[in-house]
Amino acid sequence: MGRLTLEHTLQGHKGRIWGVAWHPNGNTFASCGEDKAIRIWTLSGSGTWSTKTILSDGHKRTIREIHWSPCGQYLASASFDATTAIWSKSVGEFECNATLEGHENEVKSVSWSHSGGLLATCSRDKSVWIWEFAGDDEFECAAVLNSHSADVKRVVWHPKKDVLASASYDNTIKLYSESALDSDWDCTATLSSHTSTVWGIDFDGDGERLISCSDDKTLKIWRSYPPGNNAGIATPENIPVWKCVCTLAGHHSRAIYDVTWCKQTGLIATACGDNAIRIFKESSDSNSDEPTFELVTAEDSAHGEDVNAVDWNPVTSGQLLSCSDDGTIKIWKVVD
Amino acid sequence: MPTEIENINPNVYGKIKEREVTAHDEDESVADPFDKREIFDLIRTINDPEHPLTLEELHVVQEELININDKENDVHINFTPTIPHCSMATLIGLSIRVKLLRSLPSRFKVTVEITPGTHASELAVNKQLADKERVAAALENKHLAEVINQCISV
Repeated sequence: MGRLTLEHTLQGHKGRIWGVAWHPNGNTFASCGEDKAIRIWTLSGSGTWSTKTILSDGHKRTIREIHWSPCGQYLASASFDATTAIWSKSVGEFECNATLEGHENEVKSVSWSHSGGLLATCSRDKSVWIWEFAGDDEFECAAVLNSHSADVKRVVWHPKKDVLASASYDNTIKLYSESALDSDWDCTATLSSHTSTVWGIDFDGDGERLISCSDDKTLKIWRSYPPGNNAGIATPENIPVWKCVCTLAGHHSRAIYDVTWCKQTGLIATACGDNAIRIFKESSDSNSDEPTFELVTAEDSAHGEDVNAVDWNPVTSGQLLSCSDDGTIKIWKVVD
Repeated sequence: MPTEIENINPNVYGKIKEREVTAHDEDESVADPFDKREIFDLIRTINDPEHPLTLEELHVVQEELININDKENDVHINFTPTIPHCSMATLIGLSIRVKLLRSLPSRFKVTVEITPGTHASELAVNKQLADKERVAAALENKHLAEVINQCISV
Protein backbone atom coordinates (compact mmCIF):
# COMPACT_ATOMS: atom_id res chain seq x y z
CA MET A 1 0.00 0.00 0.00
CA GLY A 2 1.14 3.52 -0.82
CA ARG A 3 1.32 6.53 1.41
CA LEU A 4 1.07 10.26 0.82
CA THR A 5 3.82 12.31 2.46
CA LEU A 6 3.75 16.07 2.75
CA GLU A 7 6.81 17.74 1.23
CA HIS A 8 5.92 21.45 1.37
CA THR A 9 3.19 23.78 2.67
CA LEU A 10 3.07 27.15 0.93
CA GLN A 11 1.20 30.35 1.69
CA GLY A 12 0.95 33.62 -0.18
CA HIS A 13 -2.59 34.15 -1.45
CA LYS A 14 -5.14 35.97 0.67
CA GLY A 15 -8.20 33.78 1.14
CA ARG A 16 -9.45 30.81 -0.83
CA ILE A 17 -7.16 29.27 -3.46
CA TRP A 18 -9.16 27.89 -6.36
CA GLY A 19 -6.55 26.51 -8.73
CA VAL A 20 -3.03 25.17 -9.11
CA ALA A 21 -1.32 24.01 -12.31
CA TRP A 22 2.11 22.58 -13.04
CA HIS A 23 4.22 24.05 -15.83
CA PRO A 24 5.07 21.33 -18.41
CA ASN A 25 8.69 21.32 -17.18
CA GLY A 26 7.58 20.20 -13.70
CA ASN A 27 9.71 22.69 -11.73
CA THR A 28 7.37 25.69 -11.89
CA PHE A 29 3.68 25.97 -11.10
CA ALA A 30 0.99 28.65 -10.97
CA SER A 31 -1.81 29.25 -8.45
CA CYS A 32 -4.88 31.50 -8.42
CA GLY A 33 -7.71 32.44 -6.12
CA GLU A 34 -10.21 34.91 -4.76
CA ASP A 35 -7.53 37.57 -4.19
CA LYS A 36 -7.58 38.12 -8.02
CA ALA A 37 -3.86 37.31 -8.27
CA ILE A 38 -1.86 34.64 -10.04
CA ARG A 39 1.33 33.51 -8.35
CA ILE A 40 4.12 31.74 -10.18
CA TRP A 41 6.19 29.49 -7.94
CA THR A 42 9.62 28.06 -8.64
CA LEU A 43 11.96 25.67 -6.86
CA SER A 44 15.24 27.17 -5.71
CA GLY A 45 18.56 25.36 -5.59
CA SER A 46 18.16 24.81 -1.85
CA GLY A 47 14.96 22.88 -2.40
CA THR A 48 12.43 25.48 -1.25
CA TRP A 49 9.48 26.75 -3.26
CA SER A 50 8.81 30.47 -3.45
CA THR A 51 6.72 32.96 -5.40
CA LYS A 52 8.75 34.26 -8.29
CA THR A 53 6.14 36.54 -9.83
CA ILE A 54 2.72 37.88 -8.87
CA LEU A 55 0.34 38.78 -11.69
CA SER A 56 -2.23 41.01 -10.07
CA ASP A 57 -3.59 43.41 -12.66
CA GLY A 58 -5.26 41.09 -15.16
CA HIS A 59 -8.65 40.44 -13.58
CA LYS A 60 -11.25 42.42 -11.64
CA ARG A 61 -12.78 39.41 -9.87
CA THR A 62 -11.88 35.92 -8.59
CA ILE A 63 -9.53 33.90 -10.81
CA ARG A 64 -11.07 30.45 -10.94
CA GLU A 65 -8.55 28.46 -12.97
CA ILE A 66 -5.16 28.75 -14.73
CA HIS A 67 -3.45 26.48 -17.26
CA TRP A 68 -0.11 26.49 -19.11
CA SER A 69 0.07 25.95 -22.85
CA PRO A 70 1.79 22.66 -23.83
CA CYS A 71 4.92 24.63 -24.91
CA GLY A 72 5.02 26.25 -21.49
CA GLN A 73 5.25 29.76 -22.90
CA TYR A 74 1.70 30.89 -22.26
CA LEU A 75 -0.55 30.86 -19.23
CA ALA A 76 -4.33 31.22 -19.55
CA SER A 77 -6.50 32.41 -16.64
CA ALA A 78 -10.30 32.12 -16.33
CA SER A 79 -12.05 34.67 -14.16
CA PHE A 80 -15.43 35.47 -12.64
CA ASP A 81 -15.04 38.85 -14.40
CA ALA A 82 -16.26 37.05 -17.58
CA THR A 83 -12.87 37.23 -19.31
CA THR A 84 -9.96 34.89 -19.99
CA ALA A 85 -6.47 36.38 -20.00
CA ILE A 86 -3.44 35.06 -21.86
CA TRP A 87 -0.07 35.78 -20.28
CA SER A 88 3.39 35.26 -21.70
CA LYS A 89 6.96 36.00 -20.87
CA SER A 90 8.19 37.46 -24.13
CA VAL A 91 10.36 40.21 -22.64
CA GLY A 92 11.52 38.51 -19.46
CA GLU A 93 8.47 39.58 -17.42
CA PHE A 94 5.03 37.99 -17.58
CA GLU A 95 2.59 40.21 -19.40
CA CYS A 96 -1.05 39.95 -20.31
CA ASN A 97 -0.98 39.57 -24.11
CA ALA A 98 -4.65 39.14 -24.84
CA THR A 99 -8.00 39.24 -23.07
CA LEU A 100 -10.69 36.98 -24.49
CA GLU A 101 -14.16 38.43 -24.09
CA GLY A 102 -17.55 37.13 -25.09
CA HIS A 103 -18.96 35.12 -22.21
CA GLU A 104 -21.97 36.72 -20.53
CA ASN A 105 -20.84 35.92 -17.01
CA GLU A 106 -18.27 34.04 -14.88
CA VAL A 107 -15.70 32.01 -16.84
CA LYS A 108 -15.22 28.79 -14.88
CA SER A 109 -12.52 26.93 -16.74
CA VAL A 110 -9.94 27.13 -19.53
CA SER A 111 -7.97 24.42 -21.35
CA TRP A 112 -5.30 24.20 -24.10
CA SER A 113 -5.47 21.49 -26.77
CA HIS A 114 -2.52 19.05 -27.04
CA SER A 115 -0.94 21.03 -29.89
CA GLY A 116 -1.54 24.37 -28.21
CA GLY A 117 -3.42 25.56 -31.28
CA LEU A 118 -6.86 25.61 -29.64
CA LEU A 119 -8.15 27.02 -26.40
CA ALA A 120 -11.51 26.23 -24.80
CA THR A 121 -13.39 28.24 -22.16
CA CYS A 122 -16.72 27.66 -20.41
CA SER A 123 -19.00 29.77 -18.29
CA ARG A 124 -22.05 30.07 -16.07
CA ASP A 125 -23.76 31.36 -19.23
CA LYS A 126 -24.07 27.61 -20.19
CA SER A 127 -21.79 27.92 -23.20
CA VAL A 128 -18.45 26.46 -24.24
CA TRP A 129 -16.26 28.54 -26.57
CA ILE A 130 -13.45 27.25 -28.75
CA TRP A 131 -10.74 29.71 -29.76
CA GLU A 132 -8.11 29.26 -32.45
CA PHE A 133 -4.70 30.46 -31.39
CA ALA A 134 -2.73 31.83 -34.35
CA GLY A 135 0.31 32.86 -32.31
CA ASP A 136 1.35 36.07 -30.52
CA ASP A 137 -1.89 37.59 -29.30
CA GLU A 138 -4.18 36.45 -32.10
CA PHE A 139 -7.21 34.49 -30.94
CA GLU A 140 -10.26 33.86 -33.06
CA CYS A 141 -13.52 32.35 -31.86
CA ALA A 142 -14.05 29.10 -33.80
CA ALA A 143 -17.22 27.90 -32.10
CA VAL A 144 -19.82 28.74 -29.47
CA LEU A 145 -21.37 25.50 -28.19
CA ASN A 146 -24.67 25.71 -26.36
CA SER A 147 -25.35 22.05 -25.63
CA HIS A 148 -25.45 22.25 -21.83
CA SER A 149 -28.61 23.36 -20.06
CA ALA A 150 -26.81 24.90 -17.05
CA ASP A 151 -23.56 26.41 -15.68
CA VAL A 152 -20.53 24.69 -17.30
CA LYS A 153 -17.89 23.93 -14.67
CA ARG A 154 -14.95 22.47 -16.55
CA VAL A 155 -13.41 22.02 -20.00
CA VAL A 156 -10.56 19.57 -20.70
CA TRP A 157 -8.96 18.66 -24.05
CA HIS A 158 -8.10 15.09 -25.07
CA PRO A 159 -4.33 14.40 -24.60
CA LYS A 160 -3.78 13.42 -28.25
CA LYS A 161 -6.71 14.52 -30.41
CA ASP A 162 -8.73 17.69 -30.96
CA VAL A 163 -11.58 16.31 -28.87
CA LEU A 164 -12.98 18.48 -26.07
CA ALA A 165 -14.85 17.36 -22.94
CA SER A 166 -17.01 19.62 -20.75
CA ALA A 167 -18.67 19.03 -17.37
CA SER A 168 -21.72 20.84 -16.03
CA TYR A 169 -24.14 21.73 -13.24
CA ASP A 170 -26.72 19.93 -15.45
CA ASN A 171 -25.09 16.63 -14.23
CA THR A 172 -23.75 15.66 -17.68
CA ILE A 173 -20.44 15.55 -19.52
CA LYS A 174 -20.33 16.39 -23.23
CA LEU A 175 -17.75 15.67 -25.91
CA TYR A 176 -17.15 17.77 -29.00
CA SER A 177 -15.15 17.42 -32.18
CA GLU A 178 -14.84 19.15 -35.50
CA SER A 179 -16.97 17.64 -38.24
CA ALA A 180 -14.91 16.47 -41.23
CA LEU A 181 -17.76 17.49 -43.54
CA ASP A 182 -18.29 21.16 -42.80
CA SER A 183 -15.52 21.77 -40.18
CA ASP A 184 -18.16 22.87 -37.68
CA TRP A 185 -17.72 21.92 -34.03
CA ASP A 186 -20.48 19.59 -32.82
CA CYS A 187 -21.44 17.86 -29.62
CA THR A 188 -20.77 14.18 -30.38
CA ALA A 189 -21.68 12.56 -27.06
CA THR A 190 -23.55 13.27 -23.82
CA LEU A 191 -22.42 11.21 -20.85
CA SER A 192 -25.26 10.86 -18.33
CA SER A 193 -25.05 8.95 -15.08
CA HIS A 194 -24.04 11.41 -12.34
CA THR A 195 -26.95 12.57 -10.20
CA SER A 196 -25.54 16.03 -9.38
CA THR A 197 -23.05 18.65 -10.63
CA VAL A 198 -19.98 17.27 -12.40
CA TRP A 199 -17.06 19.34 -11.08
CA GLY A 200 -14.03 17.69 -12.64
CA ILE A 201 -12.98 15.50 -15.57
CA ASP A 202 -9.65 14.15 -16.81
CA PHE A 203 -8.49 11.78 -19.52
CA ASP A 204 -6.05 8.91 -19.01
CA GLY A 205 -2.69 8.91 -20.83
CA ASP A 206 -3.92 7.71 -24.22
CA GLY A 207 -7.31 9.40 -24.04
CA GLU A 208 -9.38 6.23 -24.37
CA ARG A 209 -10.87 6.71 -20.92
CA LEU A 210 -12.21 9.65 -18.94
CA ILE A 211 -12.72 10.03 -15.20
CA SER A 212 -15.32 12.38 -13.72
CA CYS A 213 -16.01 13.57 -10.17
CA SER A 214 -19.23 15.00 -8.85
CA ASP A 215 -21.26 16.65 -6.14
CA ASP A 216 -22.98 13.23 -5.88
CA LYS A 217 -19.79 12.02 -4.07
CA THR A 218 -18.87 9.48 -6.73
CA LEU A 219 -16.18 9.05 -9.35
CA LYS A 220 -17.05 7.50 -12.70
CA ILE A 221 -14.80 5.97 -15.33
CA TRP A 222 -15.99 6.26 -18.93
CA ARG A 223 -14.55 4.29 -21.82
CA SER A 224 -14.57 5.05 -25.52
CA TYR A 225 -15.79 2.27 -27.82
CA PRO A 226 -14.79 3.05 -31.42
CA PRO A 227 -16.73 1.68 -34.41
CA GLY A 228 -15.95 -2.02 -34.84
CA ASN A 229 -14.97 -2.52 -31.18
CA ASN A 230 -14.53 -6.10 -29.91
CA ALA A 231 -16.99 -5.61 -27.04
CA GLY A 232 -19.84 -5.41 -29.57
CA ILE A 233 -20.96 -1.96 -28.41
CA ALA A 234 -23.08 -0.45 -31.19
CA THR A 235 -21.83 2.80 -32.74
CA PRO A 236 -24.88 3.90 -34.77
CA GLU A 237 -23.39 7.19 -35.95
CA ASN A 238 -20.04 5.62 -36.82
CA ILE A 239 -18.25 7.61 -34.13
CA PRO A 240 -16.90 6.37 -30.75
CA VAL A 241 -19.54 5.72 -28.09
CA TRP A 242 -18.65 6.49 -24.46
CA LYS A 243 -19.95 4.22 -21.71
CA CYS A 244 -19.68 4.40 -17.93
CA VAL A 245 -17.72 1.25 -17.04
CA CYS A 246 -17.09 1.88 -13.34
CA THR A 247 -18.54 3.93 -10.47
CA LEU A 248 -16.47 4.48 -7.33
CA ALA A 249 -18.93 5.22 -4.53
CA GLY A 250 -18.61 5.22 -0.75
CA HIS A 251 -15.13 6.74 -0.53
CA HIS A 252 -15.96 10.46 -0.40
CA SER A 253 -18.17 12.05 2.25
CA ARG A 254 -18.75 15.38 0.45
CA ALA A 255 -18.63 16.91 -3.02
CA ILE A 256 -15.53 15.99 -5.05
CA TYR A 257 -14.22 19.22 -6.58
CA ASP A 258 -11.37 17.93 -8.72
CA VAL A 259 -9.82 14.80 -10.13
CA THR A 260 -6.48 14.27 -11.89
CA TRP A 261 -5.35 11.17 -13.74
CA CYS A 262 -1.53 10.86 -13.83
CA LYS A 263 -0.33 10.38 -17.40
CA GLN A 264 2.85 8.64 -16.19
CA THR A 265 1.77 6.38 -13.32
CA GLY A 266 -1.96 5.95 -14.01
CA LEU A 267 -2.70 7.03 -10.42
CA ILE A 268 -5.88 9.03 -9.80
CA ALA A 269 -6.03 11.78 -7.14
CA THR A 270 -9.20 13.49 -5.89
CA ALA A 271 -9.84 16.80 -4.09
CA CYS A 272 -12.82 16.63 -1.75
CA GLY A 273 -15.02 18.97 0.29
CA ASP A 274 -14.31 16.77 3.34
CA ASN A 275 -10.70 18.15 3.42
CA ALA A 276 -9.22 14.86 2.20
CA ILE A 277 -7.03 13.87 -0.73
CA ARG A 278 -7.48 10.30 -1.94
CA ILE A 279 -5.37 8.26 -4.34
CA PHE A 280 -6.81 5.44 -6.47
CA LYS A 281 -5.11 2.87 -8.66
CA GLU A 282 -6.48 0.38 -11.16
CA SER A 283 -6.38 -3.18 -9.80
CA SER A 284 -3.86 -5.52 -11.40
CA ASP A 285 -6.60 -7.98 -12.42
CA SER A 286 -8.87 -5.21 -13.77
CA ASN A 287 -10.92 -6.05 -16.87
CA SER A 288 -11.10 -3.27 -19.47
CA ASP A 289 -14.90 -3.53 -19.87
CA GLU A 290 -15.55 -3.64 -16.11
CA PRO A 291 -12.43 -2.15 -14.54
CA THR A 292 -11.85 -2.11 -10.80
CA PHE A 293 -10.00 0.60 -8.89
CA GLU A 294 -8.63 0.47 -5.35
CA LEU A 295 -8.12 3.23 -2.83
CA VAL A 296 -4.33 3.28 -2.43
CA THR A 297 -4.21 5.85 0.35
CA ALA A 298 -6.21 8.71 1.85
CA GLU A 299 -5.00 11.75 3.73
CA ASP A 300 -8.07 12.62 5.81
CA SER A 301 -7.01 16.07 6.94
CA ALA A 302 -4.89 16.99 3.95
CA HIS A 303 -6.06 20.58 4.40
CA GLY A 304 -7.95 22.49 7.10
CA GLU A 305 -10.85 23.21 4.72
CA ASP A 306 -12.21 22.00 1.35
CA VAL A 307 -9.59 20.83 -1.14
CA ASN A 308 -10.31 22.63 -4.43
CA ALA A 309 -7.78 21.28 -6.91
CA VAL A 310 -5.13 18.61 -7.38
CA ASP A 311 -2.54 18.26 -10.16
CA TRP A 312 0.10 15.56 -10.81
CA ASN A 313 3.58 16.74 -11.70
CA PRO A 314 4.02 15.97 -15.42
CA VAL A 315 7.74 15.21 -14.98
CA THR A 316 8.42 14.11 -11.39
CA SER A 317 6.37 10.97 -11.01
CA GLY A 318 4.20 10.69 -7.93
CA GLN A 319 4.46 14.38 -6.99
CA LEU A 320 1.09 15.98 -6.34
CA LEU A 321 0.04 19.61 -5.91
CA SER A 322 -3.10 20.62 -3.98
CA CYS A 323 -4.81 23.84 -2.88
CA SER A 324 -7.61 24.67 -0.50
CA ASP A 325 -10.13 27.12 0.92
CA ASP A 326 -7.74 27.24 3.92
CA GLY A 327 -5.39 29.45 1.85
CA THR A 328 -2.56 26.92 1.56
CA ILE A 329 -0.90 25.06 -1.28
CA LYS A 330 0.66 21.70 -0.49
CA ILE A 331 3.10 19.51 -2.36
CA TRP A 332 2.87 15.77 -1.71
CA LYS A 333 4.74 12.67 -2.75
CA VAL A 334 3.18 9.26 -3.14
CA VAL A 335 5.58 6.68 -1.71
CA ASP A 336 5.26 2.90 -1.62
CA MET B 1 -36.48 42.42 -5.97
CA PRO B 2 -40.21 41.80 -6.39
CA THR B 3 -42.51 44.74 -6.94
CA GLU B 4 -45.24 43.36 -4.75
CA ILE B 5 -45.21 41.38 -1.58
CA GLU B 6 -46.13 37.77 -2.27
CA ASN B 7 -47.34 36.72 1.14
CA ILE B 8 -49.31 39.67 2.50
CA ASN B 9 -50.40 38.16 5.77
CA PRO B 10 -47.77 35.80 7.09
CA ASN B 11 -48.29 34.08 10.41
CA VAL B 12 -46.29 35.87 13.06
CA TYR B 13 -44.96 33.98 16.05
CA GLY B 14 -43.47 35.08 19.36
CA LYS B 15 -39.78 35.32 20.09
CA ILE B 16 -38.05 33.04 22.56
CA LYS B 17 -36.42 34.36 25.72
CA GLU B 18 -32.83 35.47 25.73
CA ARG B 19 -30.38 32.78 26.71
CA GLU B 20 -29.47 32.85 30.39
CA VAL B 21 -25.76 33.09 31.01
CA THR B 22 -24.65 30.41 33.45
CA ALA B 23 -21.54 30.27 35.61
CA HIS B 24 -20.30 27.53 33.31
CA ASP B 25 -20.48 29.89 30.31
CA GLU B 26 -18.27 32.40 32.04
CA ASP B 27 -15.65 29.85 33.05
CA GLU B 28 -12.91 30.38 30.46
CA SER B 29 -11.11 27.18 31.44
CA VAL B 30 -13.77 24.80 30.10
CA ALA B 31 -14.08 23.94 26.43
CA ASP B 32 -17.45 25.19 25.24
CA PRO B 33 -18.52 23.62 21.94
CA PHE B 34 -21.12 25.34 19.76
CA ASP B 35 -24.66 24.11 20.37
CA LYS B 36 -28.05 24.45 18.65
CA ARG B 37 -29.06 27.42 20.73
CA GLU B 38 -25.93 29.38 19.84
CA ILE B 39 -26.43 28.74 16.13
CA PHE B 40 -30.10 29.71 16.49
CA ASP B 41 -29.13 32.96 18.22
CA LEU B 42 -26.89 33.80 15.25
CA ILE B 43 -29.63 33.39 12.65
CA ARG B 44 -32.89 34.18 14.41
CA THR B 45 -32.40 37.93 14.16
CA ILE B 46 -31.89 37.87 10.37
CA ASN B 47 -34.51 40.12 8.76
CA ASP B 48 -36.99 38.81 6.26
CA PRO B 49 -36.32 40.43 2.84
CA GLU B 50 -39.90 41.74 2.51
CA HIS B 51 -41.44 42.02 6.00
CA PRO B 52 -40.19 44.08 8.93
CA LEU B 53 -39.93 40.85 10.88
CA THR B 54 -37.16 38.42 11.77
CA LEU B 55 -36.83 34.87 10.43
CA GLU B 56 -37.64 33.67 13.95
CA GLU B 57 -40.92 35.61 14.05
CA LEU B 58 -41.97 34.09 10.72
CA HIS B 59 -40.89 30.59 11.82
CA VAL B 60 -38.57 30.48 8.80
CA VAL B 61 -35.88 29.30 11.22
CA GLN B 62 -36.50 27.20 14.30
CA GLU B 63 -34.13 25.83 16.90
CA GLU B 64 -35.41 22.26 16.35
CA LEU B 65 -34.43 22.44 12.66
CA ILE B 66 -30.76 23.04 13.43
CA ASN B 67 -28.26 20.22 13.73
CA ILE B 68 -24.72 20.78 14.84
CA ASN B 69 -21.80 18.50 15.51
CA ASP B 70 -18.98 20.72 16.75
CA LYS B 71 -16.43 17.91 16.74
CA GLU B 72 -17.21 17.00 13.13
CA ASN B 73 -17.27 20.71 12.10
CA ASP B 74 -20.75 20.15 10.74
CA VAL B 75 -23.70 22.58 10.84
CA HIS B 76 -26.96 21.74 9.12
CA ILE B 77 -29.83 24.24 8.93
CA ASN B 78 -33.30 23.60 7.58
CA PHE B 79 -35.36 26.71 6.88
CA THR B 80 -39.05 26.90 6.03
CA PRO B 81 -40.22 29.46 3.44
CA THR B 82 -43.49 31.15 4.49
CA ILE B 83 -45.21 29.98 1.28
CA PRO B 84 -44.34 27.11 -1.12
CA HIS B 85 -43.72 29.44 -4.07
CA CYS B 86 -41.68 32.03 -2.20
CA SER B 87 -39.28 33.60 -4.73
CA MET B 88 -37.18 34.86 -1.82
CA ALA B 89 -36.18 31.34 -0.76
CA THR B 90 -32.69 31.46 -2.31
CA LEU B 91 -32.02 34.92 -0.91
CA ILE B 92 -33.11 33.85 2.59
CA GLY B 93 -30.95 30.72 2.41
CA LEU B 94 -28.02 32.80 1.17
CA SER B 95 -28.44 35.25 4.06
CA ILE B 96 -28.34 32.36 6.55
CA ARG B 97 -25.21 30.98 4.85
CA VAL B 98 -23.45 34.34 4.82
CA LYS B 99 -24.32 35.07 8.46
CA LEU B 100 -22.86 31.72 9.55
CA LEU B 101 -19.82 32.02 7.24
CA ARG B 102 -18.99 35.34 8.87
CA SER B 103 -19.74 34.28 12.45
CA LEU B 104 -18.42 30.75 12.77
CA PRO B 105 -14.79 29.60 12.61
CA SER B 106 -13.89 28.65 9.03
CA ARG B 107 -13.46 24.97 9.98
CA PHE B 108 -17.27 24.55 9.92
CA LYS B 109 -19.02 23.05 6.88
CA VAL B 110 -22.35 24.82 6.69
CA THR B 111 -25.27 23.19 4.85
CA VAL B 112 -28.44 25.26 4.39
CA GLU B 113 -31.47 23.47 2.96
CA ILE B 114 -35.21 24.02 2.69
CA THR B 115 -37.27 22.00 5.19
CA PRO B 116 -38.33 18.96 3.11
CA GLY B 117 -41.73 19.36 1.50
CA THR B 118 -42.14 23.09 2.12
CA HIS B 119 -41.18 24.62 -1.23
CA ALA B 120 -42.05 23.92 -4.85
CA SER B 121 -38.45 24.26 -6.08
CA GLU B 122 -36.82 22.74 -3.03
CA LEU B 123 -34.20 20.68 -4.92
CA ALA B 124 -33.17 23.48 -7.27
CA VAL B 125 -32.80 25.96 -4.40
CA ASN B 126 -30.86 23.45 -2.28
CA LYS B 127 -28.48 22.71 -5.16
CA GLN B 128 -27.78 26.38 -5.72
CA LEU B 129 -27.17 27.05 -2.02
CA ALA B 130 -24.79 24.07 -1.83
CA ASP B 131 -22.70 25.20 -4.81
CA LYS B 132 -19.90 27.15 -3.13
CA GLU B 133 -18.59 28.42 -6.46
CA ARG B 134 -21.93 30.04 -7.31
CA VAL B 135 -22.27 31.37 -3.77
CA ALA B 136 -18.78 32.91 -4.04
CA ALA B 137 -19.66 34.50 -7.40
CA ALA B 138 -22.99 35.78 -6.04
CA LEU B 139 -21.28 37.43 -3.08
CA GLU B 140 -18.98 39.31 -5.47
CA ASN B 141 -22.12 40.90 -6.90
CA LYS B 142 -22.30 44.29 -5.19
CA HIS B 143 -26.06 44.70 -5.39
CA LEU B 144 -26.79 41.23 -4.02
CA ALA B 145 -24.21 41.65 -1.26
CA GLU B 146 -25.95 44.88 -0.21
CA VAL B 147 -29.34 43.18 -0.03
CA ILE B 148 -27.87 40.34 2.03
CA ASN B 149 -26.10 42.77 4.35
CA GLN B 150 -29.43 44.51 4.96
CA CYS B 151 -31.04 41.19 5.85
CA ILE B 152 -28.34 40.17 8.29
CA SER B 153 -27.75 43.55 9.93
CA VAL B 154 -29.16 43.71 13.43
